[in-house]
Amino acid sequence: MKTVTLTLNKQPELYLECNDITPDAFAGKTPAEIAAIEIWEGKQKIPLGDFFTVEGSAGATPAETKIVVAGDCTRVKRIGQQMTDGEIVIESDVDMYIGGWMKGGTIHVKGNADSFCGIGMEGGELIIDGDAGHHVGAAPRGEWRGMKGGVIRIGGNVGNDTATFINGGTIVIGGDADIHISTHGEGGTVIVKGNAKGRVGGQMVKGEIYVFGTIENPLPGFKKIETVERDVEGVQAQFDHFIGDLGERHPKSKGQPVYAHLYVKA
Amino acid sequence: MPKKIENVGCPYCGVCCDDLVVTVSDDGRKVLEVENACAIGNEIFQHASSEGRISLPRLRQPDGTYKDISYDEAVDYAARVLIKAKKPLIFGFGSTNCEGMAAAAKVAEKAGAVLDNCASICHGSSFLAIFDNGYPSCTLGETKNRADVIVYWGSNPAHAHPRHMSRYSIFPRGFFTGKGHKGRKIIVIDPRYTDTARVADIYVQVKQGQDYDLFNAFRTVIRGEDIPDEVAGVKKEQILQVAEILKKARFGTIFYGMGLCHSDGRNHNVDIAISMTRDLNDFTKWTIMAMRGHYNIAGPGVVWAWTTGYPYCIDMSKKDRAYMNPGETSSVDLAMRDEVDAFFNVGTDAGAHFPIEAVKHLKKHPWITIDPNICMASEISDLHIPVGIVGVEVPGIVYRMDNVPIQYRQVLNPPDGVISDEELFERIHQRISEIEAEEGITQTSAAAAGTQTSFVGE
Ligand code: SF4
Repeated sequence: MKTVTLTLNKQPELYLECNDITPDAFAGKTPAEIAAIEIWEGKQKIPLGDFFTVEGSAGATPAETKIVVAGDCTRVKRIGQQMTDGEIVIESDVDMYIGGWMKGGTIHVKGNADSFCGIGMEGGELIIDGDAGHHVGAAPRGEWRGMKGGVIRIGGNVGNDTATFINGGTIVIGGDADIHISTHGEGGTVIVKGNAKGRVGGQMVKGEIYVFGTIENPLPGFKKIETVERDVEGVQAQFDHFIGDLGERHPKSKGQPVYAHLYVKA
Repeated sequence: MPKKIENVGCPYCGVCCDDLVVTVSDDGRKVLEVENACAIGNEIFQHASSEGRISLPRLRQPDGTYKDISYDEAVDYAARVLIKAKKPLIFGFGSTNCEGMAAAAKVAEKAGAVLDNCASICHGSSFLAIFDNGYPSCTLGETKNRADVIVYWGSNPAHAHPRHMSRYSIFPRGFFTGKGHKGRKIIVIDPRYTDTARVADIYVQVKQGQDYDLFNAFRTVIRGEDIPDEVAGVKKEQILQVAEILKKARFGTIFYGMGLCHSDGRNHNVDIAISMTRDLNDFTKWTIMAMRGHYNIAGPGVVWAWTTGYPYCIDMSKKDRAYMNPGETSSVDLAMRDEVDAFFNVGTDAGAHFPIEAVKHLKKHPWITIDPNICMASEISDLHIPVGIVGVEVPGIVYRMDNVPIQYRQVLNPPDGVISDEELFERIHQRISEIEAEEGITQTSAAAAGTQTSFVGE
């Protein structure tokens, strides 16, 4: 694997939109060609080299390309959007849409990420060491087929609207989650290691949620059916098992309704 | 002889009463009498003929005062601000006609601006819910003629839409509702005991911020499942009682307002209200409607969805494609994050309605107000361009809260020389083209440059 290092050397007046900082766009290019890739600041198109110094070289394919982004990227959006393979490491905090519509490969953010990270995700792995904003792994606006696959790991807390319309894949939150987890969910798994504020699994049809801490305002549409022993993320524990959302429609399988499952550590 | 003009539309709230009778003076300059309007509707007509209207654009001078300039100079200034800015924001449109909105959209597209309307700080969350979950709605006429159960949830028409109850919901005798209010059940759900709640048959006091949980409880019992003894501060017995009334209605409408759109969860509160409406259609006919605030705030949603594909928060900075994602492309967020570098306040008062921090950020850059009136926004602007008052001095199409288009009339002449929003935006559009041609500025177009840039979800 070959490594390209980008260093942000000046701050934009507004924000930079860099959806072509991906192994897919960099693979097979020389540093000069990479510096010529266009990024946006508002309505202006600028060569990437105007804001970033480019060092190292890209691999022949996305799978053989690793990108390290250094410098303060708090005003940089859309890194790793739609990437299919390879690796990105972001050394600082970063703005919105990191790993949006991602299909493969890995992204590792060493700081915090703003909202909409991993939205519409289909595959690959997105790791945020710090906190993330709202809409982690959620569906884009108006899209009723949300996250399909892949893994998102957030070290800290997240805002609201995690995993809206989730269909598949796994999201692990190390800290607490604000309101709305897996709203309209039709599959997939969300694990909250801290506390959840409320509206956990509202309008949820299928899928699983695990909460290690407490739920401040549990929804009336979830009914406790048993207490079970589970091994979740390497932790063996007793969980209260709820089914729901009983207010929502549910498909049938072999004559039996299929529910969403909520496990709260007993 | 004073002139009586009938079937005049009221340019105030989303009820869009179109039965006003306005008497104007001989010279067409003064409103003498307004019949049928409520107090706030009456006021807008009186205001038009009041003293102190401004009739020329005003440009801020280095010493902080305003100086009158010509419309040509104002148009040139506005065009140059739009060309120079990397990401201008054009916001407002609470009080103008669809013709003005269409012209503004042309300008926004040409200038690579973000185009947004007051829904962004109002019913925008309704749009998001509707994208996600559909909109089983109806017209106000259907409610008037058919509904025997009305729910006002988080809305207070007694104050915000004064003639809503008398024209459409509680009191009118419609085709199948000949008994008027005697044949109707009114349910008000609100954390506050409002003046609307006073006229209700049933008042449900939901805990503030827990509407979603209460909807969830209703949906659960409507499906025949059990719920806890109390949800969101409401007793199970009352939830069961109301659920029975909803199921047994012949025709029902839920009118909801800011109580859902502006409490925790926002679009999700509306979304689950839509889900409940759909559930109830397994039993009988139920509909739902957003209590839109201004008389034509439904207009930009309709006009811009038609011209750009999106109703609000439309980022056209990439010129050959539009993109929308409230949270990022919504006006207050753009302002708070310092993401725009020019601001057009059109037919609204962002100075009064935006958080002060957002106003401070916007004030770092050129701020242009386009509005008939002196308001907080006009007083902190770099340029204030007056326009005629739609529905009083300028005719045009407006969309009522149920998305029914209504032709509004002109009853007065605007102050001498004052032009309409539509003409102003057409002239700005024209001026941008002229300046670009003179200075050889070419459009930034990704397609023309043949880049591999791709934005998903657009
Ligand atoms: S209810 Fe609304 S539209 Fe009707 S007269 Fe009053 S302000 Fe005007």
